Amino acid sequence: MPNTFLTRTPSNVIFLIVLAAFALGVTVLAEGSGIGVISTSFVKTLGKTLCLALVAVAMDLVWGYTGILSLGHFAFFGLGGYMIGMWLMYARTHGIVVSSMADAPIPPTEGEIVEAIGNQIFGVVGSSEFPLVWAFADSFTIQLILVVAVPGLLALVFGWLAFRSRVTGVYLSILTQAMTLALALYLFQNDSGLRGNNGLSGLQNLPGLDHVPQAQISIWFFWASAAALALGYVFAAWLVSGKFGSVMRGIRDNEARVRFLGYSVEGYKLFVFTATAMIAGVAGALYYPQAGIINPAEIAPIASIYLAVWVAIGGRGRLYGAAIGAVFVSLVSSWFTGGQAPDLNLGFYTLKWVDWWLIVLGFSFVLVTLFAPKGIGGLVDLWTDRKSPDRHEADLGPDAGALREQEASQ
Amino acid sequence: MTILKTTLTTTAAVAAMTVAAQAADCPVKVGVLHSLSGTMAISETTLKDTMLMLIEQQNAKGGVLGCEIEPVVVDPASDWPLFAEKARELLTVHDVDVIFGNWTSVSRKSVLPVIEELNGLLFYPVQYEGEESSKNVFYTGAAPNQQAIPATDYFLEELGVEKFALLGTDYVYPRTTNNILESYLQDKGIAADDIFVNYTPFGHSDWSKIVADVVALGADGKKVGVISTINGDANIGFYKELAAAGISADDIPVVAFSVGEEELSGLDTSNLVGHLAAWNYFQSAESDANTEWVAAWKARMGEERVTNDPMEAHYIGFNMWVNAAEAAGTTDVDAVRTAMYGQEFPNLTGGTAVMLPNHHLAKPVLIGEILEDGQFDIISQTEEVPGDAWTDFLPESAVLKSDWKDLGCGMYNTETASCVQMNSNY
Amino acid sequence: MKRPLLAGLLVLLTTLTAWAQSTPMQDILQKHSDLIVKSSRKTIEPAIQGVAASGLPQAQDVMQAWQAKAMWMRKADGLFFRGEKLDSKTYRLFDFDTGAKVGDVPKSDLKQIKPNSGIRAMIATALVQFQLMDPDPVLRAEALSAIERAPDGKLLEPLRASIEGETDLVLKTRKIRIERLLTIAYDQDETTRIAAINEMSDDLGLDVRATLNPLVTTTLTAFAGDVPNTVNVARVLEPDQDSLSSDAAYEVLVAQGMAPAQITRDDIRTALLEHSDGADAGGVPIAQLNTDAARARAYAALTDAGLVPPLVTDADVAASLGTHSFAEVYDEPSAAITTAAQDALDRITTRVAAGQAVDLTLDALSLVSIYFLAAIGLAITFGVMGVINMAHGEFIMMGAYTGYVVQQMVPNHTVSILMAVPLAFAVTFAAGVAMERLVIRWLYNRPLETLLATFGISIALQQLAKNIFGTQARPLTAPGWLDGAWVLNDVVSISYIRIAIFVLALIFLGVFLFIMRRTRLGLETRAVTQNRSMAASMGINPERVNMLTFGLGSGIAGIAGVAIGLFAKVTSELGSDYIVQSFMTVVVGGVGNIWGTLAGATMIGFFQKGVEWLNPSNTLAAQTYMIVFIIIFIQFRPRGIIALKGRAAGD
Repeated sequence: MPNTFLTRTPSNVIFLIVLAAFALGVTVLAEGSGIGVISTSFVKTLGKTLCLALVAVAMDLVWGYTGILSLGHFAFFGLGGYMIGMWLMYARTHGIVVSSMADAPIPPTEGEIVEAIGNQIFGVVGSSEFPLVWAFADSFTIQLILVVAVPGLLALVFGWLAFRSRVTGVYLSILTQAMTLALALYLFQNDSGLRGNNGLSGLQNLPGLDHVPQAQISIWFFWASAAALALGYVFAAWLVSGKFGSVMRGIRDNEARVRFLGYSVEGYKLFVFTATAMIAGVAGALYYPQAGIINPAEIAPIASIYLAVWVAIGGRGRLYGAAIGAVFVSLVSSWFTGGQAPDLNLGFYTLKWVDWWLIVLGFSFVLVTLFAPKGIGGLVDLWTDRKSPDRHEADLGPDAGALREQEASQ
Repeated sequence: MTILKTTLTTTAAVAAMTVAAQAADCPVKVGVLHSLSGTMAISETTLKDTMLMLIEQQNAKGGVLGCEIEPVVVDPASDWPLFAEKARELLTVHDVDVIFGNWTSVSRKSVLPVIEELNGLLFYPVQYEGEESSKNVFYTGAAPNQQAIPATDYFLEELGVEKFALLGTDYVYPRTTNNILESYLQDKGIAADDIFVNYTPFGHSDWSKIVADVVALGADGKKVGVISTINGDANIGFYKELAAAGISADDIPVVAFSVGEEELSGLDTSNLVGHLAAWNYFQSAESDANTEWVAAWKARMGEERVTNDPMEAHYIGFNMWVNAAEAAGTTDVDAVRTAMYGQEFPNLTGGTAVMLPNHHLAKPVLIGEILEDGQFDIISQTEEVPGDAWTDFLPESAVLKSDWKDLGCGMYNTETASCVQMNSNY
Repeated sequence: MKRPLLAGLLVLLTTLTAWAQSTPMQDILQKHSDLIVKSSRKTIEPAIQGVAASGLPQAQDVMQAWQAKAMWMRKADGLFFRGEKLDSKTYRLFDFDTGAKVGDVPKSDLKQIKPNSGIRAMIATALVQFQLMDPDPVLRAEALSAIERAPDGKLLEPLRASIEGETDLVLKTRKIRIERLLTIAYDQDETTRIAAINEMSDDLGLDVRATLNPLVTTTLTAFAGDVPNTVNVARVLEPDQDSLSSDAAYEVLVAQGMAPAQITRDDIRTALLEHSDGADAGGVPIAQLNTDAARARAYAALTDAGLVPPLVTDADVAASLGTHSFAEVYDEPSAAITTAAQDALDRITTRVAAGQAVDLTLDALSLVSIYFLAAIGLAITFGVMGVINMAHGEFIMMGAYTGYVVQQMVPNHTVSILMAVPLAFAVTFAAGVAMERLVIRWLYNRPLETLLATFGISIALQQLAKNIFGTQARPLTAPGWLDGAWVLNDVVSISYIRIAIFVLALIFLGVFLFIMRRTRLGLETRAVTQNRSMAASMGINPERVNMLTFGLGSGIAGIAGVAIGLFAKVTSELGSDYIVQSFMTVVVGGVGNIWGTLAGATMIGFFQKGVEWLNPSNTLAAQTYMIVFIIIFIQFRPRGIIALKGRAAGD
């Protein structure tokens, strides 16, 4: 086997094989493409979960490897969704408007068509003017570019400002959280031109593909999500494997030293921050057509905190850990809150999981941070019999990431 | 001959009934799609309990089509995308015959494409902004012309209000409603300068500036009235500030569209006596059916619990669905929908609700003054007002009409005499 | 058919009763029975006038009962009575004419007459003439309120007549003031009115402005040629200047029928539709009419054929505007009055603007105190100890719920609040200490993980509150003496509860300073913060100090919760509403310094109120811009407004 960055780390290969097997298995079992054991709604759930895993991998790059606890990556995720949503909504409405105006006594002008589309999309919030942000909504290509460009640009500007003035640690976390909150509040306003609290809806119906059943569309998106996750994973693995990765870890462990060694710490951070924002944008653009609706509540700060929690539970500083964390926590959460979990009868009190799941989840964060800082990924170490070095209770540095030395030796 | 014919028809009918009864898979499943956790759980849990109570009552009466009704309760957790996912689950995994659910407009918009794709049936019980008509949804709550417009008329005619403050939470219902009202008021000769509009975020608590602004509106000698579409918790801070500023209902009346008995139970109402709310139902309505309903609810849920308007909407909607299913002899969505048109059922305020071909109800509009005990004193009750999906007061939608029975179209342009669209554009 | 019959019966009945005894008031009421039962402001006037002008001594009682919703109709015979509630099912009826008890009647046999507030106001106005001289000062005050709410020229004379005999000084001042206002609005004599206007021109009252403003309303009017000097002109406007756009000016011309209306795109479309023969319109094939240019061509052809009015070109508009002049014309014909009123208003407006600035400042100060109160606990735990406590908001919530629980047990609001404050402190202090001992102390050198762990605690506590108290907001009612507002005048006022919160914030500032500067705990805290191991070697127990400091910060959050619950609401999401704001307050102000937190709260509060003032219709925008502002601010002062210098700053 050639000695590439992928094969050097066995976990990468295993992850990709598992992912491929999983995708294949779902394809065979799904309603749209196979024997129909898995319902369409569950295929959608699985597809969405893969997108979450992708954004978690991005988060791991930023936090687990570079030590920037960004509480803003779900904002980038949401922005990606908004960008693709604008096109989906515009194109679908265009189709409806053109067909309904086809038998009008006088053929409509271009202006009238656009006005009618505007009326349909914004009529519900009481206007028919197209806001400026919709300027390119009619072009699929441009909106696709915007899926990465808008989150990337926001991350670039924000990161440049923040890293330049040496905002680090918890301050940076709070600042990113403020950015998320500001964005969510902005989108909540109707004046922002993205339909305020209602957001963009009906995204699961692809324009021009009305005849294709959702069962089929769901499996397409599932494949796309799996492919995106694989690509994102390979990119992340490549990024952390070489010298770049070493600098990232260096910044995480001691920023000042890396700076004194002559590296442009700000440049590295900015690159990682922006690149991961773009990955998050892509993940969002795949996620929301499966969810069907995007609205500002998706971007609320708590979503980004959950993202950090997934990565923490999965295990920071290892890419597969982040993915596992996202998949595990989001699936288990939806199982418990979906009412499927049987109530627990304690004799004196019946524990309804719908009510108590969040409490269990909350305390499990505490337990994980206190007793298992390596997260679920730490279980792999038990199995491969790896031990973290005994530091004799010395200070672990600004961020006690998991398995730093093992990574350094690779 | 006549006798023979009658006998034959009867036999045929009986036979049809039996076949129908067998045709419907027992048990009949009813999906309940209300948030039991998250921000909307406050309001929606009550509706879930209402549905369970209604189903229980119906089962005691022998169910529907000879089948036991089985509720399937899912929790979309106030998460809008999850509403779509759960609706799909209800329709494809649980195979429910009908869904009762949703509260917020955004959750309804999220569910719409799924319901339309899978040809499900949804009963939506909350007052909403209109401008929508789906083949698969029955809107049992009030459209703007069944709540906002009559309340505004009341302000104009009965209270002589000449200047309006439209205060709302920043989301689609207040936005659209205020738009309609602005246009309506201008039609009624109120100058644009005499309409003050303000939007606040969900859960807003700092109201002093806004209340001061409203008071200052009175500076040109016109009587000021507030039309509030403020939602949920934010009302508490608003009313507290109103009370602190000493604004009595005689000086600046406030009429609210989202404040009912349930919301007032979190509030000390002694300073709010006389302010108004407009609904299609109040717990204080005097009718035998209502007395019975309130008693049953309190017996089930506890003495301190109150009933409210969306509960009545479910009460009417569920009973109409049962009757329509009996009339159609099946729970098949298309058959039930056809049987729904023209269904009549006595509402809890003493009149009769009728299901119209545009999937809205004809209901009376009630205006109540807040009392010390958190209940409402009904001071005005209109005849039944037919719900209008597309408002007549905005130029773009005045030409639209919804008629699923004869025209088979929910968005019919009367000007061009063509159907704009069959499926909703969400 | 049924109605006349009933009416006939009624008349018969009435006659019968009238025969039995004299019932003049009942007769009047019966005459207007339909109107009274219908109870609509539009139609009720004759009924009220009938009673008020009856000259009967019982008229006042009838109207007062009517106004108080105490008038009942007996369903059996349609007679009206005053009803008194005996129990929920039975009412005792009294006759209006004799005042005698008629009997106890079950509610189901009666119909309550419920006048709405519009009708109640009309009754109040009608009652004024009776109540102005009433021996009961409460009723006299009510009469004055009625005049204030619905000023009416007819009331001017009775009011003037009543001033002389008024014994109550407060009421007398009020009467004089209202008399002045009515004079401005309704007096016949111009000089008297101007005198009254001048007299009131230094009054900030809303009612003064409400009286003066209608005198100076204007209408934008177009005149052919120059503005005639026969009208009372406020100002002459030049189109395209003086805030009058030429479009708006042209619209005025169109509205006055002085120019043809402009042809819009929709008009063109409609005209083409009208004049199409199925294949083409205006000589252009219909299929080609999908551009504006083609449509314009077709329309031009129709114009040439004389079928449709020609387009109004820009040159036409300019020409029309050139031959007309525009002016805002006072609706009030007398120039002397409008000048006096305008002068008075100008003077008042300046003072009102100043008053509004003061009011906005008070609002901002109140917001500052709320932010400060919410953040002060955090200033200790995060600012001094450097611990990120995401569950801080939930401590605020716990405090608020403690207040609620205490209020459930102790019904007296004053006592319950006094009890709630120390109890809230105790509860959250204990919770804080427990959290510090169990979780935070293991994570002192892992700040980012503290963030995660405390976030976990935060969502768990929030859900726990939901499970215990439900999702419905709970009432936390302020004691009666905190009701109402401190009113300086009609412009400047602030509610007592906000003043109380402001005072509380000041007290906490003092307490904090005292503890940090004057107590041993403060000294030790500062020592541990600056150098933990050095402090430990000096005999300070850092564990204990950390525990107590954290408990203190949490305890203060609990008290803040009681205050915030009093002015807003108690829900499980109360804390999360404030957490991000609080963190920003501390960060913006500068970590580790209480004055910094104060400065941060001040900046954020004033900035937010400022944006709200600039854009009063969208409060959400104010919050958005505030956060964007903070983000930018941090770029320039990463260490906050008041940055610690030297060693204490650490890194």
